Amino acid sequence: MREAYHIPSTLEEAARLLARYGGAARVVGGGTDFFVDEGHQDVSALVDVTRLEGLSDVSYHPPFVVIGCGATHSRIVASPLIQQRGTALAEACGQIGGPQVRNVATLAGNIAHALPAADGTLALLALGGEVMVAWAEGDALRTEWRALAQMFLGPGRSAIDSTRHIIAAMRFLPTGEREASAFARVMRPQGVALPIMGLAVRVRLGEDLATVESATVTAGPAGPVPFCARQCAQVLQGRPLNERVIAEAGEALLAEAQLRDSPHRATRAYRAQVLPVLLRRALHAAYRRAQAAQHQYA
Amino acid sequence: MAQLELTINGERRSAEVHPGAFLADVLRETFGLTGTKIGCNEAECGICTVLVNGMPVNSCIYPALKAHGAHVETVEGLARNGVLHPLQQAFIDHGAVQCGFCTPGLIMTAKALLDANPNPSEDDIKHALKDTYCRCTGYVSVIHAIQDAAARLRGEPPVPPSLPQTKTPLRVVGQPLPRPDAVAKVTGAARYTDDYVFPNMLHAATLRAGIPHARIRRIDVSKARALPGVHAVLTHEDVPGSKNHGLVYNDWPVLCYDKVRYVGDAVAIVAAETREIAEQALRLIEVEYEPLPVVDDPVAALQPGAPKVHEQGNLLKHIHVEKGDLEAGFAEADVIVEGEYQTATTEHAFLEPECAIGRVTDDGRVEVYVGSQIPYADRRQVAAALGVPEDRVRIIGTLIGGGFGGKEDIAGQIHVALLARATGQPVKMLYRRSESLIFHPKRHAVRFKVKVGAKRNGRFTAMRIELWGDTGAYASLGDKVMTRAATHASGPYEVPNVRIDCYAVYTNNVPAGAFRGFGVTQSAFAIESAIDELAQRLRLDPIHIRRLNALRVGSVTNTGAVIRESAGLLECIARVEESLKQEGTPWVFRKADVPNKVYAWGFATAYKNTGLGGGAPDRSEVEVEAFTDGSVEVRTSAAEIGQGLVGVLASIAAEELGVPYERARVLLSDTDLTPDGGPTTASRQTYVTGNAARLASIQLRQRLAAVAAEMLDAPVESLRFADGWVRHHGRAVAFGEVVAQAHREGIRTRLSHLYEAPKTQPLGTGGDMHFAFSYAAQAALVEVDLETGEARCLKIISATDVGRAINPLALQGQIEGGIVMCLGNALTEEFIQEKGVPFTNRFARYKMPSIRHTPQIISHIVEDAAAEGPYGAKGVGEISSIPTTPAITNAIYAATGVRVRKLPVDQDWLLRQLRAQREG
Repeated sequence: MREAYHIPSTLEEAARLLARYGGAARVVGGGTDFFVDEGHQDVSALVDVTRLEGLSDVSYHPPFVVIGCGATHSRIVASPLIQQRGTALAEACGQIGGPQVRNVATLAGNIAHALPAADGTLALLALGGEVMVAWAEGDALRTEWRALAQMFLGPGRSAIDSTRHIIAAMRFLPTGEREASAFARVMRPQGVALPIMGLAVRVRLGEDLATVESATVTAGPAGPVPFCARQCAQVLQGRPLNERVIAEAGEALLAEAQLRDSPHRATRAYRAQVLPVLLRRALHAAYRRAQAAQHQYA
Repeated sequence: MAQLELTINGERRSAEVHPGAFLADVLRETFGLTGTKIGCNEAECGICTVLVNGMPVNSCIYPALKAHGAHVETVEGLARNGVLHPLQQAFIDHGAVQCGFCTPGLIMTAKALLDANPNPSEDDIKHALKDTYCRCTGYVSVIHAIQDAAARLRGEPPVPPSLPQTKTPLRVVGQPLPRPDAVAKVTGAARYTDDYVFPNMLHAATLRAGIPHARIRRIDVSKARALPGVHAVLTHEDVPGSKNHGLVYNDWPVLCYDKVRYVGDAVAIVAAETREIAEQALRLIEVEYEPLPVVDDPVAALQPGAPKVHEQGNLLKHIHVEKGDLEAGFAEADVIVEGEYQTATTEHAFLEPECAIGRVTDDGRVEVYVGSQIPYADRRQVAAALGVPEDRVRIIGTLIGGGFGGKEDIAGQIHVALLARATGQPVKMLYRRSESLIFHPKRHAVRFKVKVGAKRNGRFTAMRIELWGDTGAYASLGDKVMTRAATHASGPYEVPNVRIDCYAVYTNNVPAGAFRGFGVTQSAFAIESAIDELAQRLRLDPIHIRRLNALRVGSVTNTGAVIRESAGLLECIARVEESLKQEGTPWVFRKADVPNKVYAWGFATAYKNTGLGGGAPDRSEVEVEAFTDGSVEVRTSAAEIGQGLVGVLASIAAEELGVPYERARVLLSDTDLTPDGGPTTASRQTYVTGNAARLASIQLRQRLAAVAAEMLDAPVESLRFADGWVRHHGRAVAFGEVVAQAHREGIRTRLSHLYEAPKTQPLGTGGDMHFAFSYAAQAALVEVDLETGEARCLKIISATDVGRAINPLALQGQIEGGIVMCLGNALTEEFIQEKGVPFTNRFARYKMPSIRHTPQIISHIVEDAAAEGPYGAKGVGEISSIPTTPAITNAIYAATGVRVRKLPVDQDWLLRQLRAQREG
């Protein structure tokens, strides 16, 4: 039976509450995954972190775009900053659920859920995201920025112990001149309401607006945790973004991604066919955007 | 407990709530605002949507305490001073309300959209309502209603609904009239079973088997009985009467006694002070099982040595259809195609989970409140289980949040009656979605072997079809469903030589029973696919080959019946063909800007019986009463499951008695107050109960005419009943006055009529197996993404022969809803079971069409009157859904060259087929 539902108004208070329960309470965001999963009924107290002061929106703290743990998917999608300079994240968050879910579900919750195909997580990972972890030590509030990639132990297993730690915020360096990001995914209309393949890219072009100066590619499910495709990005680096290079990058991606059969979701063979398609679609979109971003931030 | 203070619909409210409570429960139970409905408890269906500080949220999983200090808007707050909000009015005007259960959620989601965007495009609407489901309307009318409401809110004139062309209406019949229950449904006032609360009411829960096949060794309920708050725990030992129930075969245990035969089997039931305590008690019941081998496939179940689901063996029924000389027919053929097809088990996904309330009255009778498709069958089965005469049981029908065939069998009716008797208190049993999914009968998964022979010109010479239907653990309506599947298996065509063998087979899967289309949905997929293949082999136009063979007046069906009238199939085909010409696109085409996609059309036809047929007496009784205030009431036990029967009956009574439509009330489904209208199945109610209402109304009019003739000093034949008056030339007397005069003369103004539909013949005896058929033709435009295998249906052109449109607005809703439901059958829906264990135990694992799947629908009505039908009408509930699936899969073939042989179309499979095709 649930004994308490706390809605603290500061991060300090939230961290102290968790510490006070000593493991018997846990953090909850929008709860759109949490409350559906009937396995959590034994958690005696919940600490809702969606209304912490200064942590419920998107803001620009140069050089970073900072997203508070209370920021819902709707807020993220509606943020002009993210639309323009973290486009992949706006695209990914816009594809999750319907408005009722997006109005409540948070990106921090998406990260804490640690699913390898989580849309928002894949996009933030491609953007080079970091996560601020907060906890109470005695009366003191401790915080620490960690790379997003370190947050995952396995499918559904977070490196964060949500009975002790809070994902307080996320941040990334916004895309700048000649730079852009994009997200692409494919769903299957039967079986399970989960994406069967998602992919995000961040691309920076050279002065010639044709050569890839740097690229990040993430995909999932392509392993036990959200996957960063380094070989694929390597192939793109320093090359003009034409169909031959994209095809080569697709092959590299297939070689490094761990694709598998998941019952009622997708076969490995299917995933292997669509992954390069998603890569091409996302690269095309990011490439067009990067070219358009030529003078925007000059 | 914690203190919750909030503003609901502008009013400050406060309450002590449990910290774990969700907003939907608090709104419904603490504040009595039952307009907010709960469909799934998992944030999937969206029908519980309310606005929190203007933002739509799924209230079923929104912590109540999170709404502390917030402004909450629910459907009850929209109408002001009795004036409906433009959205509410537009939903009524466009027929966007059917069963009404999802209506509050759709309206609230739409309100949030219009608050933010006063002029939304169709894409904006589809984006906003993406996760707010409706199973009745197919969403077309919903989109139109929202656009209309937006226009009204912008101060523009209302946009009238676009309706299909139909025959010139009579005074009432044939007019597009709003549903009589629409206002209650858009304001949240409409009450479904779970909205009823009685003093001292207990809450019940059912222990389900959880394993597909086992012998019961021991049941120990002592710990559960000892739990504080528990009032009763019952097992099979507590069933005083019949241990089994069933609609056709009495094979389904009320509570299992020797074996469990599927995961959803009921083993014990509990009544307790709260639902949580009842569920806790279930976990304290000890059941020892001896697991038995599981059989989960109908073909395997017929093999010697297969595990036996029932003692008498696994074959429920072998159905045989024979016409002509099959061998001679194939010998005559120039070309023969053969194929195997497989359809999926599918789920009705009515948005209202099953609920029943039982209570014992002061005189010891048992009352059951339930939204059921067959109230009198409920009464029979409840009485039998209790071991009491039927008149000691009263079934009181509540509003029904969708049925589609899934609320014909007993769910909690018997259980709440048993628990009410055991406790002496009212008892409510509400299934969670997860329980509803694993418990109630589904659409049969059917395997087909099809062989079709034809002459070079396309004329069919012979068809050999074999069907194996998985009827699951209990018979339900499996015998009848598979009989319909078999007799319709050769399609709406005249075929000289036919042999069909169909096997309805028990397995340890969830039972299968009635589901809109009743077996014909499955058969149509197989035969229309085979005919498409035949047309392609013969290089014939797929429309031409169907026209050539189509049933028409004078044709003989595969069961030996002669079609004598009302066969509008050729006209349906012609209307679709004409629309296709106006589309002006080639059969297969591509678009320059989307090189990865290919577009193509597919075509299919269908027919569906009206009424029970096969020799079963098909009766309905209706009582009509006229009152001195000028109103009339029509009474019958027939289910309003969203299809619009209340409107049909009101129209008919208003037409015949000459009162305004608004003055004709309809009282349904109370076995003490309303006579038996028979089951709401087989597309029969408009025809059978409609006729009963028409004939009862005519008789009452004749009786009143005799009185009025005296009053007006005019001959009876010259009187006109219209608009609430009885007229003779210039003189008139009010209808209510005539009723008052009748009463003064001691003449009763209440009478009933028992209508019996034309006699039919059992299968195998020749003659009319059915008294009427409805027909349809459809063309589907699909888009296939060659890179991902994703297939979408963009447009459906439909023509449906319904005999007569009694209410074109309601009819259009039935047609659009049927099309979208079976678009799901083709592309999205599959109830997945693994060795008898449902994988689909949540809505998140059953994808029915959302508003984003809704295609453009062009709908033509063909009215080839049935002489005996009311005003020429025949069945409409099922027919439109039947050709949709094969029209879509045939279009996918045209687009890709890949023949779909298994439903639903799997993009994963399709993409791999495309690749295999490319590679050789």
